[in-house]
Amino acid sequence: MKRLIYLLPLVLFLVLAAYFAVSLRPNHDIHELPSAMIEKPAPSFDLAGLGETRPFALSTLKGHPFIIASWCVPCRIEHPLLMRLAEQDHLPLYGIDYKDRPEDGTRLLATFGDPYRQVGMDRDGRVGLDFGVYGVPETYVVDSTGVIRRRFVGPLTAETVDKDILPLLKQLDQS
Amino acid sequence: MITELGHFALILALFVAIIQSTVPLIGAARRHLGWMAVGRSCALIGFALTALSMLALMHAYVTSDFTVINVIQNSHTDKPLLYKITGVWGNHEGSMLLWVFMLSLCAAAVALFSDNLPPALRARVLAVQGMIAVGFLLFILLTSNPFLRTFPPAPNGQGLNPVLQDPGLAFHPPFLYLGYVGFSVAFAFAVAALIEGRVDAAWARWVRPWTLASWCALTVGIAMGSWWAYYTLGWGGWWFWDPVENASFMPWLVGTALIHSSIVVEKRDTLKSWTILLAIITFSLSLVGTFLVRSGVLTSVHAFATDPERGTFILLLLIVAIGGSLTLYAIRAPALKGGGLFAPISREGALVLNNVLLSCGCATVFLGTLYPLFLDAVGGPKLSVGFPFFNRTFAPMMVPMVIAVGIGPMLAWKRGDLLGALQRLWVAYIATALVVLVAFYVTYGGPVLAVLGLGLSAWLFTAVLTEFAERIRLFRVPFGDSVRRTIHLPRSAYGMTFAHLGLAVSVAGFAASPWAQEAIEILKPGGTISIAGYHLTLEHVDRVQGPNYTADDASIRVTNGEKFVATLHPERRFFPLQQQTTGETAIRTNFLADLYVALGDSDTAGDWTVRVYWKPLVPWIWIGAIIMAFGGAVSLSDRRWRVGAAARAFRRGPQPAPAAGE
Repeated sequence: MKRLIYLLPLVLFLVLAAYFAVSLRPNHDIHELPSAMIEKPAPSFDLAGLGETRPFALSTLKGHPFIIASWCVPCRIEHPLLMRLAEQDHLPLYGIDYKDRPEDGTRLLATFGDPYRQVGMDRDGRVGLDFGVYGVPETYVVDSTGVIRRRFVGPLTAETVDKDILPLLKQLDQS
Repeated sequence: MITELGHFALILALFVAIIQSTVPLIGAARRHLGWMAVGRSCALIGFALTALSMLALMHAYVTSDFTVINVIQNSHTDKPLLYKITGVWGNHEGSMLLWVFMLSLCAAAVALFSDNLPPALRARVLAVQGMIAVGFLLFILLTSNPFLRTFPPAPNGQGLNPVLQDPGLAFHPPFLYLGYVGFSVAFAFAVAALIEGRVDAAWARWVRPWTLASWCALTVGIAMGSWWAYYTLGWGGWWFWDPVENASFMPWLVGTALIHSSIVVEKRDTLKSWTILLAIITFSLSLVGTFLVRSGVLTSVHAFATDPERGTFILLLLIVAIGGSLTLYAIRAPALKGGGLFAPISREGALVLNNVLLSCGCATVFLGTLYPLFLDAVGGPKLSVGFPFFNRTFAPMMVPMVIAVGIGPMLAWKRGDLLGALQRLWVAYIATALVVLVAFYVTYGGPVLAVLGLGLSAWLFTAVLTEFAERIRLFRVPFGDSVRRTIHLPRSAYGMTFAHLGLAVSVAGFAASPWAQEAIEILKPGGTISIAGYHLTLEHVDRVQGPNYTADDASIRVTNGEKFVATLHPERRFFPLQQQTTGETAIRTNFLADLYVALGDSDTAGDWTVRVYWKPLVPWIWIGAIIMAFGGAVSLSDRRWRVGAAARAFRRGPQPAPAAGE
């Protein structure tokens, strides 16, 4: 019996090694998870509006291609670009205030302008989790049938907007 | 040409390591002195070869040899010289080479400083080290070769990740690896002892300096990493419970348990199989950490370019090294007979408690780190375990430990007098109560846990000083006698005192973190932020040209009331090559608190996001860690580790235990 105790470390290690082996199985990369959302229906959500605004639910948006973005302090880089998209290109932008205090979100929009048609408040980050967000800002292009078509990680740049988003939206509009 | 020399040297090192891992082992089994001696020469030659290989890669980096793929991927001609050199280990391949270099350094050190070891034990230790080297050299040569060439040469390199272009890269990885790899010596000693089937006081005395040295290096390495993260990442955090941080913290916890349990083996000839197990686990955790970082099974801020093929290779290495040594342990350890008996309340008992708490702490960190992986493997949801888990499980376990660190050294070996020790600690109660009351009064209405944490630190600090005062019989014998005792106290006693004081200092730093204040504002030049009595005025932001970046350098004037304190210069650096921006924080410290300023982004209107933190006692975290490592180094200089002392003690048998406060 006493000898068995000395076997315990080995047994525990072998169990651990088995887990490691399973995690290494091919076609399994945890970094790839979010891209699995592409060409899939966007996860349904029903969020309270930011501050005093209307509630924001996926179901109310069917029929329009739109963009969902989230923001944060470093996301201020892309903010002027979002303003341009909303004001010059009249793109339907929708925001999700992700893991943030409502007053901070409101203040940011008050300071820099509000490019969004509607903003949902995702205080505990649940919706972000459903979308597979792992770093903000992230931007998703969702088509009129509610399917995610593209995902952009990090601040948008003028180049991605001109070469990627605008042509994609034009194509979505035509089809 | 030089690159090929480095490559060939590495291949040669592999063959030398194969000889090192076999011939001395056979020699030790057959008692053939000549064969045993091969281990020593192999270790020295292996070191020379890996050093040559390391230098060759450095040469390729310094001369910007863009025919070498590794240099193309990680260097650039515009990079300052410091980062050309440190960039050698700023990538997967180069850092593995550094790992193997450190391993051969340890083996060479064992070969050089082991005159007092029995030849058979030395031969076996070096053979085990040789086996580890074979595994890792094969890994480098087969999956991660830094010497591969390409043709035609690239016009220039892709540069080093800007986050890594920091002096921290020069010190953090080498110390960390020295710590990780240094534990391979303790591992090799443990495996050699299992092969011989004998663990005694002399064994503990031989292995202890190596364990101490690696522990010191790991302590410094972890502290530097934490400090680096603190001043670089720009939001004032110093520990993130990131999988890779945990991977370095777990060997530290078990290594700390190991240096304490090996004292019991040395002084009291007991806890043998447990100490052997700890030695195996410490190095195994270093290996598991390597696996976690390189295989990509967990997401982490430290993620190297990961590759499942490499992961598979390291997993095989783990199974051979850890599985092999634990099998040997299962077979041989039951035969290791413990010597001295002891009562639960005794110095031994206190050290066992220390071991239990540290091991449980490590197990908690282990579970928290690997839980996402376990869950994922059985098809569960993806999640990560963050701060709340560790703060609620790990921290409470460390509280009784810190309390016990104050009492343990006051207990006598074999059977201690707990009540007596508690009575002799009266100064510590007063000090603790005073600190708690004052802190509570000053921060009334603030976080209570921080006040208690500060009390914990005060308790440990005064308890350690009380123990030291007892040792020198301060106020009990004439002052001159106390001074004489102070001078003649063994270095290891000083080492312990320093290390425990360092822990108390660090605990104060951890405890004070809830008192930190932060302010985030969007400022125009001329705007001010107020925090903790300071007023910070953004004066202007200038565009500055660095060697391979352009920076926005803010001048922020800090005043305290009417008094001018400093002008701080946080920066935002833009690296055009990588199209990446990094922050350089500015920190003003008076060693009681840090004023920490980070510059955020600007908008088109010329407003800047400025983040300011006021962090009381935060520098103490790293000062404490340095004091701990210093304590380890002082203990390491104790004369009983040096030539002869161990052999004499071996003849005498285990030393009679010195009573506490002797």
